Amino acid sequence: MEMFFDIIQFGFMQRALISAIAISIICSIVGLFLVLKRHSLFGDALAHVAFGGISLGLFTGIYPLWTAYVVAILSAIGVNKLRESTKISPDSSVAVLLTSGLAIGVILISISGGFTLNLFSFLFGNILLISNDDVIMILITAAVVIPVIYVFYKKLMLIVFDEKQAKVSGLNVTWINTLFIILASITIIASIRLVGVLLISSLIVIPNITALMIGKGFKKTLFISCVISILSVVFGIVLSYYVNLAPSGTIVLTMIVVFLAIIIAKNLRFPINKIIASRVN
Amino acid sequence: MQPIVNVVNLTYYYELVPSLDNITFTVDKGDFLGIIGPNGAGKTTLFECMLGILNDYRGQINLFGSDIKQDKKTFQRIGYVPQKKSVEQTFPATVREIVSLGMIGKKIKKETIENAIEFVELEAYGDKRIGELSEGQQQRVIIAKALVGEPELLILDEPTTGIDSNAQEKFYELLTKLNKDKKMTIVWSSHDMNSVEKLANKVACIDKKLFFHGESKDFFGNEERMKSYVEFAMQSHMNLHFGSSKKMDTPE
Repeated sequence: MEMFFDIIQFGFMQRALISAIAISIICSIVGLFLVLKRHSLFGDALAHVAFGGISLGLFTGIYPLWTAYVVAILSAIGVNKLRESTKISPDSSVAVLLTSGLAIGVILISISGGFTLNLFSFLFGNILLISNDDVIMILITAAVVIPVIYVFYKKLMLIVFDEKQAKVSGLNVTWINTLFIILASITIIASIRLVGVLLISSLIVIPNITALMIGKGFKKTLFISCVISILSVVFGIVLSYYVNLAPSGTIVLTMIVVFLAIIIAKNLRFPINKIIASRVN
Repeated sequence: MQPIVNVVNLTYYYELVPSLDNITFTVDKGDFLGIIGPNGAGKTTLFECMLGILNDYRGQINLFGSDIKQDKKTFQRIGYVPQKKSVEQTFPATVREIVSLGMIGKKIKKETIENAIEFVELEAYGDKRIGELSEGQQQRVIIAKALVGEPELLILDEPTTGIDSNAQEKFYELLTKLNKDKKMTIVWSSHDMNSVEKLANKVACIDKKLFFHGESKDFFGNEERMKSYVEFAMQSHMNLHFGSSKKMDTPE
């Protein structure tokens, strides 16, 4: 604990932890709906499209995350429309999104003379290099995503439960799905600084599938997912600093350790559900 | 008295293949209408048109006196129970959370939710994940979700397919209670003719076209009519699979 208090005195570490906690919360919230919609890899595909957007930013000299925002949002809406109009399966649409983003990125990088250090930080993430502007951007994203999801929470829950029933209930499912995809896109772009393009889907998927094993109730599952994500991210950052490891990899491996621990505990019939339920209630 | 449901000359095509052909029928307040027909007869398509999920049909559908294409608010007066779909065991929402989804757009009253859960006799399961319940219990949760919005019309699309016979009996008791005690108008599709005969006061037989619509006893009590319905359904399927000399009109 003393070690923790020592390192949070550093400005870079304060920025890293504030950003990481905000990212953990929004990725868990958006991720639960993506996982339940069976769109777990949608986050991964969006991140690869963002890679194309980042390359475009580096190529044109515009701040890469802004171009990533624009490219990811437009691509996500486009692919959603493509899926609705052609009835192609969700996994195929994800494949189209993922490969097209990567292809654009690779072409732009080759034109602009190959990989740079800056591009590597977007690919693999480095939260310890996060700037004040990045922190502001991440906090603004969280301030948009959390209230909007709060307002549409029940409607999104009904859509993931049964889209047809949602339509009969009078919900404008197409509009809500589009809004959600935009929220997912901005969440993923904001999170690229933490774990990078290549590991972003771990933040979306792992805390949620872990929480789904033990959570009873939608709200409780969401809460457990946020807690797992925050603890893993904070632990991962602190550990990576002391042991001198890559923060993104350490964060993801910490999440996987928690995931495996829960599986083992469940198989050993350790009463983890009851313990968590008593803490949450 | 104005009928609650008034379907006039309803025709629907799935990619040039007729799914519903010139269907006309009405449902009065307090009716329990059983819609029977074999698989692929167009029962689900009929409901999807009535519920506004499919809009590109020909003909007219009036619910509570309003054309559903003009007045979308009529759907708020309907409870809908779709065909059974299996819910994954890990789906995190509890029974109580799922039932509360029936009150979207309305002021949520905890008491109404509890009453709906009690009505379907699942009070002991309120905090359980829906995926942990049996399939019959899951369908009762969906009924509770449909009832919590206090609908005037309940539409059920083959709700008991794939559910064991004990659960089916319990489900039918529930429907009878809703129709008799709560005076709820029910439109229910099934290919279980015995249950329709037992429960419904009106019956509509469809197989893309409407073969019969009227009092249940006039259909089930008339052996000749039932026999000719079976022949009609068989002929309809032969036409579908092997072609017909008398084709239906193609859409404009």
